[in-house]
Amino acid sequence: MLIIGERLSIISKKVRDAILKRDKKPIQQIAIEQWKAGAHMIEANIGPAEDNGEELMEWIVTTIQETVPLPISLDTTNPKAMEAGLKIHNNEWGKPLINSTSLDPERFIMFELASKYNAPIIALTVGKGGLPRDAEERVEIAVQLMEKASEYGISFEDIYLDPLVLQISTSQNQAREVLRSIKLFQQLNDPPMKTIVGLSNLSNGCPKEIRPILNRYFLALLMYEGLSAAIVNPSEVIEVIKTINVITGKILYAHSYLEI
Amino acid sequence: MNFQIPKETYTGGVPEITFGKEKKVSFGGESALPFYFFEGDFPNKPLIAFEIQDDIPEDYPQELSKVYSSVWNDPVRWAKFCESLGAEAIAVRLTSTHPDSKDSTAQEASQKIKRILSEIDLPLIILGSNHSEKDADVLPVVSDVARGYNCIIGKAQESNYKTISASALAGGHNLIAMSELDVNLAKQLNILITQIGFPKEKIIIDPMCSALGYGFEYTYSVMERIRIAGLIQGDTMLNCPMIADVGFYVWKTKETQATEEEAPQWGSLYERAVMWEAVTACSFLLSGAELIIMRHPKAVEVVKRFINDIFYKLERSE
Repeated sequence: MLIIGERLSIISKKVRDAILKRDKKPIQQIAIEQWKAGAHMIEANIGPAEDNGEELMEWIVTTIQETVPLPISLDTTNPKAMEAGLKIHNNEWGKPLINSTSLDPERFIMFELASKYNAPIIALTVGKGGLPRDAEERVEIAVQLMEKASEYGISFEDIYLDPLVLQISTSQNQAREVLRSIKLFQQLNDPPMKTIVGLSNLSNGCPKEIRPILNRYFLALLMYEGLSAAIVNPSEVIEVIKTINVITGKILYAHSYLEI
Repeated sequence: MNFQIPKETYTGGVPEITFGKEKKVSFGGESALPFYFFEGDFPNKPLIAFEIQDDIPEDYPQELSKVYSSVWNDPVRWAKFCESLGAEAIAVRLTSTHPDSKDSTAQEASQKIKRILSEIDLPLIILGSNHSEKDADVLPVVSDVARGYNCIIGKAQESNYKTISASALAGGHNLIAMSELDVNLAKQLNILITQIGFPKEKIIIDPMCSALGYGFEYTYSVMERIRIAGLIQGDTMLNCPMIADVGFYVWKTKETQATEEEAPQWGSLYERAVMWEAVTACSFLLSGAELIIMRHPKAVEVVKRFINDIFYKLERSE
């Protein structure tokens, strides 16, 4: 499973301060920590980035790739900033990931960029009508997203369908719908469609000490359903990922499997 | 439209190991399943090492004593004799150090190794007596004496790997890691050995050998699983060359010992014994062994011919 380190997000105060000051050190330190903890890709979430979006995305991508040999998941709603990130990204360690598009027509430009830069893209199963109610609605949107992607000449293998994980504290029944969606999404194509989640949104708003518990058990269930990628805090979930890979037979068991 | 043979894609390759000082030899280095020349590169042929022992063998049956009894009282003469038979590498087994044998000391063993190293140019594999505590005593001393000769030292097991791998690391040698017929244990031992800082690229897996008719299938299927886990499932911990310690197991079997009077229905003892070793060795080549330790020169000749026949097509196509 593809592990994408979530910690470089504008939502974090530490990251936001570093971005404002253009201070490379904290950014690079967090990138290195996530790489060492097992991340295959680093998420760079700069939010809407309305001012200086292009410059900011360029800065953060090069800052990260100066220190870790990993591709970046580019997270912004600003298409210009997205394109700047795609341009400057060093593809030596893999392609960048576009995070994200949805069925909102304003976001279709992300499909255009995915096609232009031959980059994989996250497709959120969200329509114009607000949040999806259940797995079936998510599947319906997923199909429309796949059609849309085809119009832009994007291959299904480059699409990561994201069912949108919601907060358990306010939308408890959605957790089960997300699990069902992961299973159903895969059936939309052969070879199966790829799936992704932003895991920690599940425990958003929950007490700090129980957040990792919710995240870990949910990830185990998602992996069992066949999840292909997750945006996570790697050190929080790496044991879960290794253990589930052993239990499902993807990795050969050895007593020290957690140590490698 | 021409028919295209579907090809497996591999996630890793087996490291190449080169050992020896004056004369060097290499094995491993391939990037596909054994002899799948159409799917990967095979820079080296499997290597056969001639086994000698540090003292007069106590259990060599008739067919082996016929060949070696004139030289086996001196490991240097024995090694030179093997060289004259065309050996590309020598595996010396320190049998006399076993507590049930002469219980000879680490110092005595290291003196013998010193002499062999100074008089023989061939790459050397140094094996203990398979007594895990005694090996932990003997192999570090021997490994130190052989420092700089780039040997293969073995065998490290779960119970003694710490001292043996640390000394092999200090001596700059390659290491045989032996586990007992279990793919998970093989992986675990490699993890433990690399955790003390020994480079994975210098480990040779011994999944524990056996002889045709005496548990052969167990070794064969463990070897297969190791190769598949390493090359296809991307388990880098198991991407190591493998050794088959064939002679040691084959020459204990009834088929290599029973005389023609005892077993007239089995025909010629010589042919039977030689073929028992040759067939066991060839079969382990198919399951993925890159390094084979053998005893009878005629059996070695048969296996070499087998290897050359298989590689013939590859060499011609290049």
